[in-house]
Formats: sequence, C-alpha cells, structure tokens
Amino acid sequence: MTNAAGFPILSLLTWLPVAGGLFIMTVRGTDAVIASNARWAALWTSLITFVLSLVLWVRFDQSNPGYQFQESLAWLPEFGVGYRMGVDGISVLFVLLSTALVPVCILASWDTIQTRVREYMLAFLVLETMMVGMFSAQDFVVFYMFFEGVLIPMFLIIGVWGGPRRVYASFKFFLYTLAGSILMLLALLAIWLYAGTTDLAVLMHTPFPARMQFWLFLAFFASFAVKVPMWPVHTWLPDAHVEAPTAGSVILAGVLLKMGAYGFLRFSVPMLPDASQSFAPLMYALGVVAVIYTSLVAFAQTDMKKLIAYSSVAHMGVVVIGIFTFNVQGIQGALFQMLSHGIVSAALFLCVGVIYDRIHTRDISRYGGLAGRMPAYALFFMLFTMASVGLPGTSGFVGEFLVLVGAFKVSLYLAYLGSFGMILGAVYMLYLYRRVVFGTLTRDDLRGILDLSPREVAIFAPLIGLTLWMGIYPTSFTAFFDATVSAMVQQHVAAVAGTKLAGIAP
Amino acid sequence: MKLAMNWSLALPEIVLACCAMAILIFGVLRKPDPAFSCTMLSLGALMLVGVLTVSTQHGTAYRGLFVMDGFAAYMKVLILVGAGLTAVLALDWNVQAGISRFEFPVLILLSTIGMMVMCSASSLMTLYLGLELQSLALYVLCAFDRDNVRSSESGLKFFVLGALASGLLLYGISLAYGFAGTMQFGELRAALGDPAGVSAGLVVGIVFIIAGLAFKLSAVPFHMWTPDVYEGAPTPVTAFMSTAPKVAAIALLLRALEVPFGHLGTQWTGIIVLVSIASMLLGSLAAIGQSNIKRLMAYSSIGHMGYALVGLAVNTEQGVRGVLIYMVTYVFMSAGVFACIIAMRRRGRSLERISDLSGLATTDPGLALAMTVFMFSMAGIPPFSGFFGKLYVFLPAVQAGYWTLAVIGVLTSVVGAYYYLRVIKVMYFDKAEPAFDARSPSVSFVAGVGALVTTLFFVFPAPLVAAAQSAARVLFG
Repeated sequence: MTNAAGFPILSLLTWLPVAGGLFIMTVRGTDAVIASNARWAALWTSLITFVLSLVLWVRFDQSNPGYQFQESLAWLPEFGVGYRMGVDGISVLFVLLSTALVPVCILASWDTIQTRVREYMLAFLVLETMMVGMFSAQDFVVFYMFFEGVLIPMFLIIGVWGGPRRVYASFKFFLYTLAGSILMLLALLAIWLYAGTTDLAVLMHTPFPARMQFWLFLAFFASFAVKVPMWPVHTWLPDAHVEAPTAGSVILAGVLLKMGAYGFLRFSVPMLPDASQSFAPLMYALGVVAVIYTSLVAFAQTDMKKLIAYSSVAHMGVVVIGIFTFNVQGIQGALFQMLSHGIVSAALFLCVGVIYDRIHTRDISRYGGLAGRMPAYALFFMLFTMASVGLPGTSGFVGEFLVLVGAFKVSLYLAYLGSFGMILGAVYMLYLYRRVVFGTLTRDDLRGILDLSPREVAIFAPLIGLTLWMGIYPTSFTAFFDATVSAMVQQHVAAVAGTKLAGIAP
Repeated sequence: MKLAMNWSLALPEIVLACCAMAILIFGVLRKPDPAFSCTMLSLGALMLVGVLTVSTQHGTAYRGLFVMDGFAAYMKVLILVGAGLTAVLALDWNVQAGISRFEFPVLILLSTIGMMVMCSASSLMTLYLGLELQSLALYVLCAFDRDNVRSSESGLKFFVLGALASGLLLYGISLAYGFAGTMQFGELRAALGDPAGVSAGLVVGIVFIIAGLAFKLSAVPFHMWTPDVYEGAPTPVTAFMSTAPKVAAIALLLRALEVPFGHLGTQWTGIIVLVSIASMLLGSLAAIGQSNIKRLMAYSSIGHMGYALVGLAVNTEQGVRGVLIYMVTYVFMSAGVFACIIAMRRRGRSLERISDLSGLATTDPGLALAMTVFMFSMAGIPPFSGFFGKLYVFLPAVQAGYWTLAVIGVLTSVVGAYYYLRVIKVMYFDKAEPAFDARSPSVSFVAGVGALVTTLFFVFPAPLVAAAQSAARVLFG
C-alpha cells in the first residue's frame, strides 16, 4: 500500500472531527463554561483537521489520474466490501473545501448560536466527518453510508437552530433527499451483485450491460438530481436555506449541494457511459431550464436568502450541463464551478448573515444605503456578487467560461441557452446588491448599524483570498483534476465508441 | 435417519426448565416477596443456558422431534439476550407499578423455554408445543398488572385471538399430516419430493400454518391484536413481546417453510410476498397517525416484520441470512426503544404519549440521544445497524429479481422515516416539558447497551454476518 503521506491521512481527517465531538460531550460545568469550551474545542478540532488536510494539497501527485492516499481495511471481505479510502483528482479538492469551510462555519456561529451550543458544535463536527468521509470513500458502500449519514446532523441543524418554519423545512429536506438516495441503494445492490465488489477503482472499469445502465442511471438520477438540486426537484432547497441558521446555509450551499454533482461525476458518467450519453439531452434540458427558470424566479424574490438559494440552483444547472458535455473543458469547468460556487455562495450566505444578525430581517426592501455605514461590508459583498455573476478575475468566471466552451463543442444552442445564466445572474445579483447596499439610508434602525467586526473580517478574509486566487491563477486548482478528467473523458469516448461498434457489427 | 433419543441435545431447555422451577419454589418459600433476587437468579439462569446453548452438540434428538443445529443455536442466543434485557427492564418498572412479584421472571423463563423449543422444532407437534408454552406464559404476562383494566383487557384479547390463531395452526397441521402422513420435517420433505404431485389440500394446510405463524409474528393481515395488546400490557412485557417472541416466530417460520416445504417455494412465496408488502405498507402508513408511543412501536414492529419477511419471500440462503441479521439489529433497537419508553415517568406516573417527550433533548440529553439513535436506526439511516439489516434483506431480493418487493420496501421505509423523525422532532425541536424522574440504572443499562450495539454495529459487522451465514446454511444444507 503506497501512501504519499506515510500515515492513514484520509481516515484521520474523517474521524478526527468526531473525536473532537466526543471530547466536547465530556465537558462538565455550567452552561456558559460548556458553551465556551464547546466553541473553542470545535474551532481547534476543525482547524487542526484543516491544517492536516493541507498535506493532501502538498503531497497529491497531480500527474496521477488514479486514486491516491489509499487505505484499505477488510470490512465484509466475503462480499467484496472493504473500508477503502482514497482520493483522486476529482475528490481531493472537495475534501479540502469541506475542511476549509467548517472552521469558517464555526466562527460564523460564534456569537449567533447561544442555545445548546454543545449540541450545535457536535452536529457540525459530525457533519464534517460525514462530508470528508463521503468525498474520500473509495468504496460504494462506504460512500453510501456517509452520503446518507450527512442527513442526520443537517436535519438537526435546520430543525433545532433554524427559523420559524424550521420543522417543515427540515422534514422536507430529510424526506426529499432520503427518497432519492434510497433508490440509489437499490442501484448499489444491483451493482454489487453484478460486479461482486464495491471497490470504486474496479467499478470504474466494469462494463455494465446497456439495459442495466438505463435503470442504474435512473436510480442514480433520482438520488443525485435531488441533491444537486435540479429542476423540478429543487423545491426543498429554498426552504432549507431560508430556515437554516447562517452556518447551516453556508455548509449546505458550500458542500452539500456539491454531493449531487459529485455523484454524477463519480458514478453516472464513468460507470454508465452509454446511458449517460443517451440521457445527456435530458440533462441539458433540465440544466437549461434550471439556469433560465430559476434565475427568473430568483429575480422575483423578496427574501435575500431565497434569492441566493435560487441562484444556487441556477449555478448548479450550469454544472450539470458541464458534466454531461463529456469533454475536458466542460467537465473541468463543472468541477471548477462547483469549487467556486462552494466558496462564493458560502460567502454570500455569510454576507446575508452579517446584516441579519444586526437587523434580524432578510427582507430586501428593509435595507438600502448600507454603503455609507458599512464600507468594508459593501466592498466584500460586491466582490462576492461579482464572483457570483462571473466577472473575469474572480473564480466564477473560469468555471462558467469553461462550461460554455464545453457546451459550444456539443451544440451552439446549448452554449447559447447556457450563457443566458450569466446574463440573468448579473441581473438579479446586481439588483440585489443595488437595493441593499446603494441608495439612500432611510430606515432609522440602519443608521446605527456597525461595520464588520474583526471576527467577521477574519471569516471573510480567506474566502476573498480564495475567490481571487481561483480567478486570477486557476491553474493551481485545475492542475489537480487535469489528469483525472482527461482519463475519464478518454475512457468515456472509448466506451461509447465501443458500444457503437458493437451495435454496427452483425 | 438414526432415531436415537439423544436427550442431552436438549440440555439447555432442560436446565432452564429446572432453573425456572427452582426459582419458583425459592420465590414461594421466601418471605417477603423476593422479586429482585428471583430476577437476578433468572438472569444467571439465562446466562448459564446461553453458555450451554453455544456449547451443546448438534444433532437430532427425541426420535426426530427435536433438532439442535447452528440455526437453532443462533436464534436461541438471540432469544436469551432479548429475554435477559427485558428481565432487567422489568426490575424498576414492576416496583414502580406495584407489581413487583417473583412470578414475573419465572414466567419470562417459561416463555423462553417455549421459544427455544420453537427454534429446535423438527416436527409439527414440537412446533405446536413450543408455541403454546411460549404463548401461555405470554398471555399471563400481558395481564400481569391484574388490577389494571387495560392490562387485563390486553391479556384477554391476546388470549382469545391467540387461541384462534393456534386453532388455525392446528387445523393446518392436521391437514398437512393428513395429506403427507407424517409430522416430522425431514419425512415431510421426503414425502413431498415431487412438487408437481402436491395436492390442493396440502397447500391449504400450508396456508393455515403460515396464517397461524403470521399471527404470532403480527404480520398483516393478522396484526389486529398488536396495537391494543402492546398498548395495554405493562411496558416491560411489551418490550418482551416485541423482541424474543418475534425472533422465535421468525425462527419457526423459517424452519417450517424452508425445511419441509422449501422445494415447494412456488406454492408459498407468493403468500409471503403479499404478507410482507402488506405489513410494510400498513406498518409505515398506519403509524403516522399515532399519538401513543407504544401503539407507534406496535405499528413499527409490524413494519419491521414486513422487512424481515422480504428475506424469507426470496427463499434463498442469502435471504435467510438477511432475516437473521435483521432480527439481531431489531432486537437491540427494540429493547433500547422500550428502555427509553420505560424511562418516561413523571412524578411516579408513567407516560405514553409522544408529546410527553417534548424537549427531552434539553432535560435529559443522554436519553434523547439514545432515542434518536434508535429512531434513525429504525428508519434505516446509516451508519446505524438498522441500515445494515435492511441492506442484507434487500440484497437477496434484488439478487433474485424481486424488484417490486425491493422498491416497495425502500419507499415504505421513506414513509416510515417520517414518523420516526417526528419523535426526534418532538424531542429536539419542541419546547421542554418538565423533566422526567431520574432514570433507574437498569433502564440506563439497557438503553446504553442498545444504543452502543446499534451505533457501533458498522465497525465489526463481519463476525455477525459470518455467524448468520453459517446458521442460514443449515436450513439449506
């Protein structure tokens, strides 16, 4: 077993947060002592996890398209199921994204969460374990466990610390995603029985019969489309976002939304090439509808969080289009857009959180003229608005541009319709920004509003750095998935060509 | 077949029967009522018998009426665990309810003997004897709180309906005997060697046998008694009913269908598929409207039996393996849930409404966490054991191409997730009610054991899977 880190780093990253959580559970004392200890312990655990995860950044071999940092333990040996961990070019950056966003979330909840702080921090650490485990799983059963396990802490975070309609939102979130993923469980069983193993490295190269691919694709689609979320099964997302506490929205938009697209890229495209090819028009159609329709819906929103939630659906529509172009640019663009959206939408939800903490409303019309009172905030908010719109020089541009290049190779009309997203995105984001930040300060309660505190600046600083870095020098990120994506595209082309040949042969 | 007596193969049952009688005599002679020491002695007896069960030789005894094999040993150990956990649960409850009498553990032991005989039954007559011994002790246990109208009603209801089911079963047995000329499983199998030559009368007999056993299993459409009996019986008895007897009934059903009638699968799998689907549907849909947590658990157990039967419907070794794993996860979850329900007590009064759990997460975080674990596990969410139970019953269903069964199964589990989530919602999202009385250590112990097994099952599933595999192989050997 070769492991560039020299120790089982992926398991450590996965289970360290839970260990921190167990430590938090043991704290005794008054409520204030417990709350303070829980905050610091959670922050340190997540920071240590993040620093450890940088080992992946440094030691990852960018020229190797396969799995790295592999670990393997016998788990159910007679069934070909093992506790296998490993990351490749597609997943490594998502592990880093998860470990980077959790400390941000914990800092963002530092003062706003005052009830049941211990349970809150515990939920976040468990959530981190589930997310990191899911992205590092190299075994389908292990993946599935983490994939569904994510629901448990997120359900509690929305339901316990959420807004007025939190019960409705948390149930909708849980049952929607469970209904989708439970069908994937059947697909998982079928694959397991067919291939005799659940090792993803083997499954990637297992050809499945065309008819089986068709049904497997539908089962995967049920699961991942809800997670992405794709139109028309996106309706859980605005509710979940609006009701979730700020940090919950951040992690939901930042990481959880990527699980669906990651699933398409990890399972549907490489394992089911023929079905993916034949379903691609449907995916394009749904992607385009998501881009145009939800952009228009976003424009009509009066609640800031809802607006950003709908914009997430639109951006993820772009990602889906990119994945199903099956060319290097499209898939790289989709991956880049996922990472960029993970940072930018997380930051946008934090921006909403900042003023919500001060005024306790998310109604756009209640704001206006903040630029005078909050110059630093206005600057940060503008940067993230521009990144969301896709201004060159910010991370949002690179991903959308690559996806459109990829889409152009497939069809002119697809690129044409997909690019509507950029225009409409500019419309609703600038509209939001203008109404909140510019204009005249008319409300009395806004006159006394304070600019960002040092803690808030500390939260935003790394996100700003990343947004600009990704926009100005994207190669440091694309280099990670270059080799893997190229190999995946080659394999896809070969598989589809092989099927065509087989179809022509008598 | 060598028809020797081999009485030593039944040593666990004999020892347990002797222990039960000795404890009974001890309880009668000793004043004041030695309920606590009798429970402790019973636990000792259960452990001793557990060791004996594992170490007893395998073979056929009593001229083919009784069989001891890996399958029986697996099920018996599980039954003993279930009975032991229940006996612990009853300790505190009975004191609080003023029914702390030494007969309680003795009745549990007697019922356990019946269940163990059921697991080892190798003839329709042994099957019936074991079933009746188990049931009679259970009827009395249901009515154990005899001054309480609900408890007496529950016992009576259970008895009347149980007797009806036993009648159905006996009728089925007599038909099977009449058409096959023997009651022993091995001979039945040989006599029915040619599936084509099976008479309609025998099929009717099988149907009656399945109906009688489905009643004991509380599978739809023979579930009517379950919610009322579960609600009325003292909670530890409900805990007992939902664990050990279910295991025994499943064991009996597996052996009775797989050994003598296994090759007639086409004649009976259809019935099991229907019963399974109906149980899953009813268990998930009917539970939604419940406000009493014991009734909720009754419907939940109906649903769980539906899932377990998926494995039987498939009629393969992998299917039976799935059922065996499912029952292990179910016993620990169920015992744990009832431990939590027993802890629901405010100023000495026991509570049963789901809304009484309001805000438990703030008043008793430990109990709320345990209950949450059980609820997520029952809903089949990984990484808890309930997920693995479902995984192993749906795996053979998919393998054998029972797609309808598998799809209905997973979809009903989403519906079921709704009411399990509702319990969590009440505990975590709602405003706190006054705190419950302090938990007794016995209740905390059972809830803790259940939660630990349920949570950590995923770490080492392999040994249990291997054990279930070898137990399942026996039936297909």
